[in-house]
Amino acid sequence: MAANSVTAHSVATGATGPEPTRRDFLYIATGAAAVVATGATIWPLISQMSPDASTLALASTEVDLSGIAEGQILTVKWRGNPVFVRHRTPKEIKEAEDTPLSQLPDPATDQSRVKKPEWLVVIGVCTHLGCVPLGHQGPYDGWFCPCHGSVYDTSGRIRQGPAPRNLDLPSYKFTSDTKILIG
Amino acid sequence: MTGHSTYVPKSALARWFESRLPIMGLVHSSFIAYPTPKNLNYWWTFGGIASFMLAAQIVTGVVLAMHYTPEVTMAFDSVEKIMRDVNFGWLMRYAHANGASMFFVAVYIHIFRSLYYGSYKAPREVLWILGVIIFLLMMATAFMGYVLPWGQMSFWGAKVITSLFSAIPFVGDAITIWLWGGYSVDNPTLNRFYSLHYLLPFMIAGVVVLHVWALHVSGQNNPTGVEVKSVPKDTVPFTPYATVKDAFGMVCFFILFAWFVFYVPGILGDADNYIRANPLVTPAHIVPEWYFLPFYAILRAIPSKLGGVIAMFSSIAIFLFLPWLDTSRVRSARYRPVFKIFFWVFVATGIGLGYLGSQPPEGGFVIAARILTAYYFLHLLVIIPLLGLFERPRPLPASIADSVLASRASVGARVAAE
Repeated sequence: MAANSVTAHSVATGATGPEPTRRDFLYIATGAAAVVATGATIWPLISQMSPDASTLALASTEVDLSGIAEGQILTVKWRGNPVFVRHRTPKEIKEAEDTPLSQLPDPATDQSRVKKPEWLVVIGVCTHLGCVPLGHQGPYDGWFCPCHGSVYDTSGRIRQGPAPRNLDLPSYKFTSDTKILIG
Repeated sequence: MTGHSTYVPKSALARWFESRLPIMGLVHSSFIAYPTPKNLNYWWTFGGIASFMLAAQIVTGVVLAMHYTPEVTMAFDSVEKIMRDVNFGWLMRYAHANGASMFFVAVYIHIFRSLYYGSYKAPREVLWILGVIIFLLMMATAFMGYVLPWGQMSFWGAKVITSLFSAIPFVGDAITIWLWGGYSVDNPTLNRFYSLHYLLPFMIAGVVVLHVWALHVSGQNNPTGVEVKSVPKDTVPFTPYATVKDAFGMVCFFILFAWFVFYVPGILGDADNYIRANPLVTPAHIVPEWYFLPFYAILRAIPSKLGGVIAMFSSIAIFLFLPWLDTSRVRSARYRPVFKIFFWVFVATGIGLGYLGSQPPEGGFVIAARILTAYYFLHLLVIIPLLGLFERPRPLPASIADSVLASRASVGARVAAE
C-alpha cells in the first residue's frame, strides 16, 4: 500500500520516486490472498457451532387441547424448551384485557398475544436468564420466576423484576378446534 | 533480578546437552539460584500451591475423561459409574471436584495477598494482568466442568450463565443460540463444553508460564513492598529457602484438601446436582458454586438484565486497571494505615456479597446486595484512587535487610527486657 501511494503521489506531483518493485506486488497479492483464506477458514469453524440440521428438523409439536381443564396449564416440550398452554378462566382473561398499556414495561395488548382469548400459548422460558417460571404464582397470578424474581401476568407479560421482555410467543396454528400445531 | 545463569554442568553428558539445549541452566536460574527476598512470609507460598492444584486438576481430569461420556442420556450415569464401579473412581472424582474449590481457595488467597502488599503496582502490571487472565480462564473452566455431570444444577447453571449473553443488544439471542448449538442447553452444548473443559486448563498452564516469566523479570514483591536493593543483603537463593518453605506450605494445604476429600467430600457441592437434568423444571433455588457467589450477587443486585450482566463482568474486568487506579506509590499495606482498614472492609464486602449470593433474591437480601455492590465499585473506583492522594504513609525501611534487622532487634530488646 505504501509503495502505491508513494507512486501515486509522485505521478501527481511529477517528482521522481521509487518505482513499485515485484516484491511490492507480491507483498500486496499475498496479503490479499491471506485475508481471503483466513476468512474462508474461520467461517466454517464458527458456523459448525450453530444448530445443526437434525436440531432444525425437530421444529414442530402437536398439542391436543381437549384434556386441558379451565384454569389448567399444560407444559409441552418444543425445541428443547417448555411451552405453556394455558386454558384461561374468564377472570384471568378480563384481568389481562383490562390492564392499561401504561402499566406494562413491555407494552402489548392481550389480543395481540392470543389467537383465541381462552388459550394462551407462550414459551416457558424467562426472558431474563432462561429459567422456567412457575404457574399460578406471583402477585398477578400469572407466572413467577424463582431464579431472580421476575413476575408475569395472565397474558405472560412482564410486570416486575429484572426480565426485559414479555414471555415469547411461539408460532402456532389451530389445526382443529381442539388441536394446535406449535412451530 | 533474573541474573545470569550460574549453572555449571557437572558431567560430560550434561555439558554436551547444555551446549545444545540449555534447559538445565534455565531451570537452575529460575528455581535454584533465583534470588528471592529474604522476608517472604507464608502468604507467598500460595502461588506454588495454586500451580500444584492446576497440575492436580489436570491429572485427575485426564483420568476422569477416560471414564466419562459426554452425551445427555449417558453423562449422569457415567458419573455414577465412576463413583461406584471404576477402581478408585470415587477418589478421582472427589479429588477433582474438591480440587477445583481448593484451587480457587489458593488463588483467592494469592490475589488478596497481591492486593494487601501492592504487588500489582509498577513494575509488575503485566504480571498482574496475566494473573487476572488466568482467573478468568479458571472461571470459564470451572463453570464448564460443573456442567458435565448433567445434574439439575449443572443444567440450570449452564442455562442461566449462557443466557447472560442474550443481554447483548441486537445480536444477543443469535449469539446464545450459537453458543448452545440449539434452542436450549442440550447435547451439542454438553459436547462442546466437554471439549473446551479439556482444552482450557492447558491454556491456563500456558498463561501461568508467562506469569512466572514476568515474575522472574520484575522479581518478587515482598511484605515491605520495598524493592530489592542489594542481592547479597536482601535476598536468599530460591533453593533451598523458598523451595522448602513452599513445600511446607503445600503439605499443610494438602492436609486441608485431604480433609475435604476424605471426610466431607460433598459439603461444597449441591444436593440438587444428584438429580438428573430436567429441561422442564427449574430447581427452586439456583446457586452457583461458592467461588462464583460474590459475582452472582452483583449480577442479581442490579434490577436490569443488561445492567446486571455489565456490572458482573466489570466487577472482574476492573481489576485489569487496578495498577493505574491505585495512585499510591507505597506498595505494602504495612505502611499504609488507612488503606489497611479499607482493605479489610473490602474483604468483608467480598465475603458479604458471597453470603448474599447464596440467599434467595428477596427483600432485605436484595437491598443488602445493592449496598455492598455499590461499595465494591466505590472502593475500587473512588476510595483507592483518592487514598493515594490523601493518605500519609508511614516511613518505609531503607531496605529489606534493614526491615528484617529492625524486627529482629525489637524482638531481641523484648527478650533482653524480660
